[in-house]
Amino acid sequence: MPPKKKPDGNGPAESALDRQMLHSMILQRRFEEKVAEAYALGKIGGFCHLYIGQEAVSTGIIMALREDDYVLTTYRDHGQALVRGMTSRSVMAELFGRIDGCSRGKGGSMHLFDRHVNFLGGHGIVGGHVPLATGVGFAIKYRGGDQCVVCFMGEAAVNNGAFHESLNMAGLWRLPVIYVIENNRYGMGTALERASSIKDMYKRGATYNIESAEVDGQDVWAVREATLEAIARARKDSSPTLLEVRTYRYMGHSMSDAVSGTYRTKDELDEYRKRDPINLCKAKLLADKTITPGDVDAMEKEIAAVVQDSWDFADASPEPPYEALHEDVYVETTT
Amino acid sequence: MPVITYRDALNAALREEMHRDDRVFLMGEEVGVYNGAYKVSKGLLEEFGEMRVVDTPITELGFSGVGVGAAMVGLRPVVEFMTWNFALLALDQVVNAAAKMLYMSGGQFPMPIVFRGPNGAALQLSAQHSQAWESWLAHIPGLKVVAPGTPYDAKGLLKAAIRDDNPVVVLEGEMLYNTKGEVPDEDYIIPLGKAELKREGDHCSIITSGKMALVAMQAADTLAKEGIRLDVVDLRTIRPMDVDAITASVKKTNRAVVLEEGWEVCGIGAQVVDYIQRDCFDHLDAPVLRVHQADVPMPYAKAIEKAAKPDLAKTIGAVKKVMYIEA
Repeated sequence: MPPKKKPDGNGPAESALDRQMLHSMILQRRFEEKVAEAYALGKIGGFCHLYIGQEAVSTGIIMALREDDYVLTTYRDHGQALVRGMTSRSVMAELFGRIDGCSRGKGGSMHLFDRHVNFLGGHGIVGGHVPLATGVGFAIKYRGGDQCVVCFMGEAAVNNGAFHESLNMAGLWRLPVIYVIENNRYGMGTALERASSIKDMYKRGATYNIESAEVDGQDVWAVREATLEAIARARKDSSPTLLEVRTYRYMGHSMSDAVSGTYRTKDELDEYRKRDPINLCKAKLLADKTITPGDVDAMEKEIAAVVQDSWDFADASPEPPYEALHEDVYVETTT
Repeated sequence: MPVITYRDALNAALREEMHRDDRVFLMGEEVGVYNGAYKVSKGLLEEFGEMRVVDTPITELGFSGVGVGAAMVGLRPVVEFMTWNFALLALDQVVNAAAKMLYMSGGQFPMPIVFRGPNGAALQLSAQHSQAWESWLAHIPGLKVVAPGTPYDAKGLLKAAIRDDNPVVVLEGEMLYNTKGEVPDEDYIIPLGKAELKREGDHCSIITSGKMALVAMQAADTLAKEGIRLDVVDLRTIRPMDVDAITASVKKTNRAVVLEEGWEVCGIGAQVVDYIQRDCFDHLDAPVLRVHQADVPMPYAKAIEKAAKPDLAKTIGAVKKVMYIEA
């Protein structure tokens, strides 16, 4: 399937946006390639879940939002954090467990937070953050604004009770929440066909009186277009949307897993790689002359420097001091 | 001073705090149209409307998480559980989300939320509806836990809980809602983390909280007739615990009984005894004893239900034992 027609048209502003989207996807890819390197060297520890292969989803969705909207996501959160405007430095330093990390070294890979860009985490329990996003939607309605909140989750979370309870309330109370199922085909090592009675995840929206759609997650413009529709629904009618975005993860579930072998074949992986989101986007922009090969080279060079700088910054940042251990358990009450 | 019920004291706390701060809202099963399963929220829907008194589906995990999400962006939710027994379905939100959000975000997201509802056994409700959750919840760093025993404490502690910028668990006594006591009309709060000496004596300390504070006071009144003077320390807040109040009392009396509603193993009493042995070892004239529920799920039949529960007779028995008085 070729990429969709670009939803924003072809003027100079749109071309700039297209370049930004390509830049955003390449940044996520190169950043995480560096993360894998740092993990292998023991500079990053614990669980570390890479997003490589899914970059069009974060880019297509988050770049369609306003600054005052909100984003919540899972433990596979590096890509979304970067698109939302968190610096490579603050994310890398968090992964390194350093004081200059976005969560002061206390959250790690799974718990990236930045209140300045309304990035409300990085959550580690599958499905556990879906009610939280619903609560943010409730708060928006309570205050009477026209913001919206995006909640990313994997397709395996859909079988969790938290998903059902949340979508029921969002449908019942008409909350401006965009629930995004990133269907990357596997909940850890369990294929969705082996876990869900319904194979088309988006169809579950009907159960909750929520508009839903299936989206090609390798095509950044298709993702953007579906998101713009969902956003309009949220802002105008305070209504929720369920998007099933079909994508694929190239890496293992986390850094401790093999890329293929046990639950999927290398052939399957190679097949999916043929529709790489970055390659699709790049090819289209080259074909319609939005960019030149020289532009791409320059972009790659600039991104390589940013990513290396984030590594150097993280490596130089101190570990949290002992006093930090007992900080942030409780906050001093001011009211 | 007006004499009102524990239920009405909680109602007054909610009403006053909702008037004081429009970010405060109440959410839970039957809190609105039905006026609350235990009528704690009576009249609030009429007064504040359905955006601030929110009837939820029966979906504890879901609406607790809605509260946590709303608190992340600046609202101050009061989440009511019809009983704490149902809150087990929501513990992921209380423990993994509310209690840890501030810490794992490196201090970025305070969590001004209250989780409240009836706790502990009532009468003949059997195993799934008769449990005291203090020790489960107080185990978690990041949570504060209060257990008011009187109407005065109920109003003052709930108001303090709502104003606190941290997640606060309020364990109300299911059997306390109809109890009465003096409660001022005016605004007051009881600081979290402060115990109260509910009876003063120099023979033996009883350290307790919540509904059991009433049993301890009855024990003090009963034993006073025999010339035994009890020091009754009502913790009021279980986390953070007022250790100074415990040790000051035990250093005065040299004997202690710890009275709690829950089970023995890993109970609140075990923690209290640990503070006592650490700080009062050389002051003790007898081993510290504990009074608690029998180590069984709560039975239904009246006689064995009574046998399972901590009560006045067991408390008096324990006091006499630590005082080496033949029963």
